Order: sequence, then structure tokens, then C-alpha cells
Amino acid sequence: MHSFGYRANALVTFAVTILALMCGMASLSDNFNSPSPSAHVQLRISNSLTPFTHLSVLNINWFQKQPKANDEVSMTLNISADLQSLFTWNTKQVFVFLAAEYETPKNSLNQISLWDGIIPNKEHAKFWIHTSNKYRFIDQGSNLRGKEYNLTMHWHVMPKTGKMLADKIVMPGYRLPEEYR
Amino acid sequence: MDWVSDTVKSIQLRQTLTQFVTLGMVLSSALIMWKGLMCVTGSESPVVVVISGSMEPGFRRGDILFLHMSKDPIRAGEIVVFNIDVHERHDIEETYILTKGDNNDVDDRVMYNRGQRWLQQHHIMGRAVGILPYVGWATIIMTEKPIVKYIVIGALGLLVLTIKE
Repeated sequence: MHSFGYRANALVTFAVTILALMCGMASLSDNFNSPSPSAHVQLRISNSLTPFTHLSVLNINWFQKQPKANDEVSMTLNISADLQSLFTWNTKQVFVFLAAEYETPKNSLNQISLWDGIIPNKEHAKFWIHTSNKYRFIDQGSNLRGKEYNLTMHWHVMPKTGKMLADKIVMPGYRLPEEYR
Repeated sequence: MDWVSDTVKSIQLRQTLTQFVTLGMVLSSALIMWKGLMCVTGSESPVVVVISGSMEPGFRRGDILFLHMSKDPIRAGEIVVFNIDVHERHDIEETYILTKGDNNDVDDRVMYNRGQRWLQQHHIMGRAVGILPYVGWATIIMTEKPIVKYIVIGALGLLVLTIKE
């Protein structure tokens, strides 16, 4: 009972248990943080709503049998947000993204990610950014003319260890132009 | 047949048999815990190791992810683990999903099957709900350098069979 093997085994088991407990407590401490984030988006439709030939023509990795014309919008966005209250000592980064959400006859919900960013620390969490959409806003069809949509800012608080938290702010009331430009 | 009853009664044989039974119990308990975890989380792989760097700096190589799967439809922004080899067709109401790694410049379409432009709900193995950093390196080392795996398993097997309680 006093050999090196037994002592090493007991020590390692104890160390691992304590480490696991510490990770659990670190994760639990995040529950004491009550975040109060805010966001605001202004946008301007730039060169938009042009029907274009399906992506199969542009990228030889995809093999499509028929060319389709899908609506696409390009827009310039002013995004400002204050996500500083989301950060705790156990936060590794906050992943934030802006999605356009709308309804079509074929799909009860379409969510298109327009822009995303990684906030590495609290200092960068209050930001204002002027950008065109990072990812293409393409519909599965031709449903975008005059379409009413919401812009939702989502964020994921990714911890150093433990449970992740995700939430969002919905900003309704945006509308796309009636005509292609 | 005296020698048979003598052998069975011998302490030496009983100790060896006990050790084999103990080993079997340990392995069964591990299997029960794993299957139980699969039930509770609803995912076929409830704990996964991050192997690529495609989600850095959020998830690094060697981190362990805890997955959870429910029948709720996948929504934008969820961090998911997917498997493109799954080919079930239960749902009539389908979800079309496009994924992209945080650290990649382009979306994951190059990884999907040929001609496949969207993932469906049945390709998703689970949503990442929790993370434990660094612990997965043991699995990565054993997968990429199999010699380590054989050494560890051999040593463990020897230990279990030779230690006398």
C-alpha cells in the first residue's frame, strides 16, 4: 500500500479531480454575470437585387445541371454595438454576427449571415464598423423584391472552460427595394 | 477427476479469474457511461476532440467539446459538428444549412459531397454546448502516433493483470 505506484496513482487521480472541479466552478461563476448589451444597425442598399446566374458557373467545384437565377443583395452597413457587459474573467472571446431573417413561400424562415466578427477582449467589445456585407446575401429563389426582413445581431460568449452562452437582439422593420437595380 | 476440482479450488486460479472479471466490469462500466451519455445528450458522439484549427481562436486543436442534440431545428449561429456520410431521409420539413469555420476564409462547401450545396438536419451530430481545453491532446497523440496507443494499452493491460489486490 505504500509503493511508488499506489502513491503516484492516488496523486494523479486527486490532481485530475481537483482540476475538473476548478473548471466546473469557473464555468459556474459565469452565472453571476448579468449582461446588458446593446446594438444598432444602419444600412444602405448599394448595388442590389440583380438576378445572376447560379454559382455553378463561377466555381468549378460545384456541378449543377441547370442554371437558375437567384436574387442577390449587396448592402453597406453601419453596425455599432456595446457588448462589454458580456465579458467575464472566464471569457475567451465573443463571436458576434449579424443575420438577415425573412420568410418566403418555400421556407418559413431564412437566416442569412451578413457579417461576423470575433471580439477577443473587453476593450474591443464596444465598436462601430462601416462595411459592406461580408457574406453574400443570396435567396433560394427570386423572393427578395420588396421583402420585409429583420436584422438580428447574435452573439456567442465562448468561455475559457465550461458552458457557452448564446443570445441575440432582434431589430425588425427593414425592407428591401421593390425593383432590381 | 480430482485434478479438475483441485484446479478450480486453487487460490491462484481464482485470483486470476477475479482479475479478468474486474477488467470486464471496468470495461462494461465505461461502455455504460458512454452509451448513457449518448442517450442524455441525444448525440451519437457526445464528446469530441477538436482536431483541426478551423475554429481558432475559439476552439483550439486538442480541446474537448461537449455536444448536445435535440429535435429543435438548427438556427443560424449554432456551432455544430456534422458528418456528411449520414444518409437518412425521415423529415419532410427539411432545413438547409451552410457552415463555415471561423478561421477559414470560405464556407465548408468544399468539404461536402460532390454536388451537395447544403447540409440537412440529419447530417448534424450535435451542437457544441461546452468546452474543456487541452484535455483532448491525449487522443490526438494516440491517433496520430499509433505507437503511443499500443504502449499505453499494453502497459495498462499488464498493470491490471499483474497487480495483486
